[in-house]
Amino acid sequence: MKKFTVLDLLDQDLKEHNALNLRCVGGRSGLSREIQVPDLNRPGLALTGFFDNFGPHRIQIFGRGEHAYLEKLQRDGNIESLQELFRREIPCCIFTHALEPTRDFTTISEQASVATLQTDIGSSEFSSRLIRALSNVFAPQEVMHGVLVEVFGIGVLIVGDSGVGKSEAALELIERGHRLVADDAVEIRCVAGNILQGAGAHKALGHHMEIRGLGIINITHIFGVGAIRDSKQVQLLVELELWDQNKVYDRIGAEDRTREVLGVHVPYLQVPVKPGRNVPIIIETAAMNERLKKMGYYSAREFNQSVLKWLESENARNLYFEKHGELLERERQNGGGAGSSIAPMDEAD
Amino acid sequence: MMVEREVTIKNRAGIHARPAALIVQTASKFASKINFHKDNETVNAKSIMGIITLGAGFNTRLTIKADGEDEGDAVDALTRLFENRFEEE
Repeated sequence: MKKFTVLDLLDQDLKEHNALNLRCVGGRSGLSREIQVPDLNRPGLALTGFFDNFGPHRIQIFGRGEHAYLEKLQRDGNIESLQELFRREIPCCIFTHALEPTRDFTTISEQASVATLQTDIGSSEFSSRLIRALSNVFAPQEVMHGVLVEVFGIGVLIVGDSGVGKSEAALELIERGHRLVADDAVEIRCVAGNILQGAGAHKALGHHMEIRGLGIINITHIFGVGAIRDSKQVQLLVELELWDQNKVYDRIGAEDRTREVLGVHVPYLQVPVKPGRNVPIIIETAAMNERLKKMGYYSAREFNQSVLKWLESENARNLYFEKHGELLERERQNGGGAGSSIAPMDEAD
Repeated sequence: MMVEREVTIKNRAGIHARPAALIVQTASKFASKINFHKDNETVNAKSIMGIITLGAGFNTRLTIKADGEDEGDAVDALTRLFENRFEEE
């Protein structure tokens, strides 16, 4: 993985409930320091001079309590513990609640070239946002060759060999009102242990696609902002492959097939492609079927259940007729000819 | 078996649309699976968007990896493109 520096943290373009609202208020020369672990530390104890089990590689968060203590240290003219703190290789310090660092703090951190950042968000809320942001950054990731589209709210990653028609299928899906997340190089991160979040590997390049015969086209300009999305969870993996006469394709779909991506099992479909087969509609249907499955409805399984039920009732019927048929037969042989209360004879076998 | 070779981008402009198209055209002639590696990124050499989004500028080093029956020829042909500066300049 590429080094993640304090500057990269400042550059994180997160919005709304994820925004970190960070700005640098000192120690600019320390912006190139690497952040190695996705953890935080409140350095209250360290400021009092207690450094046992101190986490030096962690980002140090200064909240109201730490700030008040810094002011006390400033009043007392005590700089020892601050010097001790900055003797360690800490990546950066962040002041929450838009608190200003004290004079001593600024001088010492500047000397140690450790960046001081500031945010207007409260400590607890900021901590949870920062942990979220860092765990995304440090999440296991992989770039996959394919197209990620959102179809009826389901993130579908279309993969397959070059030239099999991934982009064309995606283009038709977009044309039908679905959204493009990324074409070709899809960056997938495993967030929170079991969620695969996909996005374009290069955000700066926007939403472009290459269509054979057309060249590179700008999806945002052609189809509008409604046709794109920045990131989406990968919920279904569809592999397109050229129709192989000798291969056995799933004809029932009762068992859930999955494929592992970054250790997460993703529902997986293999769709054979041949001229005249409308792949986008198959993918659309697969997405809707996936939604049904999420709601607990399994088309193939339920169909099979009905078949089983039907066969069972048919069996029961036959048994019934067999038994009563024999009875009727006997009655007739006895010269009765009655027994009209029972089902007609010709259905008995 | 797999053939691997490191190349350096020698044309000033780096890999922009035209060189990318040349690379893809050349790579697509071969049956082998061909990938380009830069740092820790890997892209399919038969995909134009992949090649362009690699963001390979002047003097960048890339590794070409080919795997398949015609892997040697594929790597040779691609290396030639890089050495000829994609017929630019």
